[in-house]
Amino acid sequence: MSIYTFETKKDTRSGFGAGMEFLSLNNPKVVALCADLIGSLKLEPFIKNCPERFFQTGIAEANMIGIAAGLSIGGFIPFATTFANFGTGRVYDQIRQSVAYSGKNVKIACSHAGLTLGEDGATHQILEDIGLMKMLPGMVVINPCDYNQTKAATIAVANYQGPVYLRFGRPVVPVFTPEDQEFVIGKAIKLIEGSDVTIFATGHLVWESILASDILREKGIQAEVINIHTIKPLDTDAILDSVKKTKCLVSAEEHQLNGGLGDSIAQYLARTLPTPQEFVGVNDSFGESGKPADLMDKYGLNAVSIAEKAIKAISRK
Amino acid sequence: MQTQELISIASQVRRDILRMVHGCQSGHPGGSLGCTDLLVALYFDAMQLRVDSTSNQVVFAMSALNEDAFFLSNGHISPVLYSVLARRGYFPIQELSSFRKINSRLQGHPTPHEHLEGIRIASGSLGQGLSVAIGVAQAKKLNNDPAVVYCLMGDGEQNEGQVWEAAMYAPHHKVDNLIAFIDVNGQQIDGPTEKIMNNRDLQLKYEAFGWKVLHVNGNDLGDLQICLANAKNMLGNGVPIMILMRTEMGAGVDFMMGSHKWHGVAPNDQQLEEALSQLSETLGDY
Repeated sequence: MSIYTFETKKDTRSGFGAGMEFLSLNNPKVVALCADLIGSLKLEPFIKNCPERFFQTGIAEANMIGIAAGLSIGGFIPFATTFANFGTGRVYDQIRQSVAYSGKNVKIACSHAGLTLGEDGATHQILEDIGLMKMLPGMVVINPCDYNQTKAATIAVANYQGPVYLRFGRPVVPVFTPEDQEFVIGKAIKLIEGSDVTIFATGHLVWESILASDILREKGIQAEVINIHTIKPLDTDAILDSVKKTKCLVSAEEHQLNGGLGDSIAQYLARTLPTPQEFVGVNDSFGESGKPADLMDKYGLNAVSIAEKAIKAISRK
Repeated sequence: MQTQELISIASQVRRDILRMVHGCQSGHPGGSLGCTDLLVALYFDAMQLRVDSTSNQVVFAMSALNEDAFFLSNGHISPVLYSVLARRGYFPIQELSSFRKINSRLQGHPTPHEHLEGIRIASGSLGQGLSVAIGVAQAKKLNNDPAVVYCLMGDGEQNEGQVWEAAMYAPHHKVDNLIAFIDVNGQQIDGPTEKIMNNRDLQLKYEAFGWKVLHVNGNDLGDLQICLANAKNMLGNGVPIMILMRTEMGAGVDFMMGSHKWHGVAPNDQQLEEALSQLSETLGDY
C-alpha cells in the first residue's frame, strides 16, 4: 500500500488553466497569448475574466514569441502558450534571440509534451523540449507532476523575474500533491524516504516512481523518491544529500535520454560524486500514435521499468 | 529640427559608421550608410524621447513608457544605430571605438545583454523585430500610453516567414500606434533582391494584409521629415503604417553605392580616407 493516495485524476494542463484563472484575478500584469489552441491550454477562464489581456496570434508561433517579448518590455508578464512541440522546437531561434539572450520576462507555457499526447503521433510528441530549453543560458525549466503542482507552479513563475519554460501535459493523472501548495522554483521535493536507491523523477513519471517504490518495497528495497519539478536550476544539494545515503540512482522522465533530467543529474554527479545511475526515458527514438498508457508501456516509461532499473542500479553499487 | 541641422548630423554619423567598421575590419557599412538619414530623422526630430528636465539629457528606460520606441529588426546595421544613440546622448561617444571588439557593449549585432543604453531587444537573426515592436505597441495600449513604436526591417529580410505572420497580426489586432519601415535598397548578400528572392510589389502585399502604405526617399532628410509627420497624423485609425523607404546602399560614399559589394565588407586604410574625404566632420570624430 502506497503512502500516497489520490481521489481524482486530472490533467496538468487544467492545473495550468486554474493557475491562469487565479492570475487573471490577482495579477494585472499577467497577459496570455495563444496560437489557436485556447481549449487545449484551458485558457477560457482567463479570457473570460480579462479579455483585454489575452492575445490570439493564430497559428503563428514565431510571431507569438516576438510579441510576448515586446509585451514584456512594456512591463507585462506574458505567458506564450501552445503545444510543447510548437512552443519550443518550432520557435527555438525566436526564444533564443528575443527572449533568452534579450533577458525577457516571458513564460513559455506548453501543454501536450511527450508521448502522452497520444494518438496524434510523433509530429506532435516532442521529447526534446527540456533539452532545448535547458541549454539556453538563463532559462528556467519546470515540469510539474500533477494538477495541484502545475497550478502552483503557474502562479509561482508569474512572480519570478526572467524567462521560464513551463511544461505540462494532456492526459489525466493522479492528483496527489497538496492543494494550494507553495511552489518553490528550484527546490526538489522528497516524497518518500528510502536508503537503498534514489529515484529522481519529473512530470508524469513522478507518480510512476511512487508506484515503483511500492513494487520495490515488496521486494524489501527501500527506494527514496524525489520530485525534481525544476530541471533548471537543478537542486544539486537535494541530489547530493540523497545519493550520499543511497549510493545509486534512477532518473525518470518523459523525454529523450539525451538532454533530459538524467543528463543534468549525471553531469553534476560526475563532477562531485560519481554514482551508478540508470536512466528511464526515451532512448534516441521518436514516438508514435497510440493510447497514452500503451505508449508509456511500450517505451518503458512506467513503474515496472523504473523498478527494474532501480534493481540494476543497486547491483552496480 | 531644421533639415540642414539633420543633414549635418547625418554626415558625422556616416563618418562614425565608416570609422567603426574600419576599426574592427568587420561589420556592415552599406545598409548602415543607407539608413543613416532615417535614424537621424527619428532620433533627432520625429521621436519623443524621455529627457531629464534639468539636464535636458536623454534618459534610457527599458519600458519605454510614455516615450516613443524604435526597434531595429535588421540588426546587422548596428553601426548606424550605435552612432545615432551615442550622438543623441545615450552613451559616451568614445565607446563607439569598441565596436565588435572583445569586452565591448557594442556587439556585432545589438543586444540588451550587455546593458547598452538604448537597446531593448537583441536582433540579428532576421525577421523577429516587427513582432517585438507589435508587442511593445500593444503593451502601450494596455498602459494607456499614447507614444509611438517604430520598427525598421530590411527588404531582404522580407524573405523571412515570421515577417508575414507579424504582417497579418498587426492589422487584425488594429495595432495603430506602430510605424514600420522597409529599407528598400534592392540588395541582399547574394545579390539583387530581384534575383535572390523577388519581393515583387511590397505595397500591394502590405495593403492586402491591411496596412496603410507610404513611400519615401530614405536618403532625403526633407522628404523623410514630411513623410514621418504625415505618418504620425495617420495613427489611431485602426491601421498600422508601413513606409517603403527607397535608399541607396552605401549612401554618402560614391564608391560604396549601387552594389551589394559593401553589404558586409570593411574599407581598408586608403578606402577609409577616400570615403571620409566625402563627408564633413561636423560634430567631431570620436
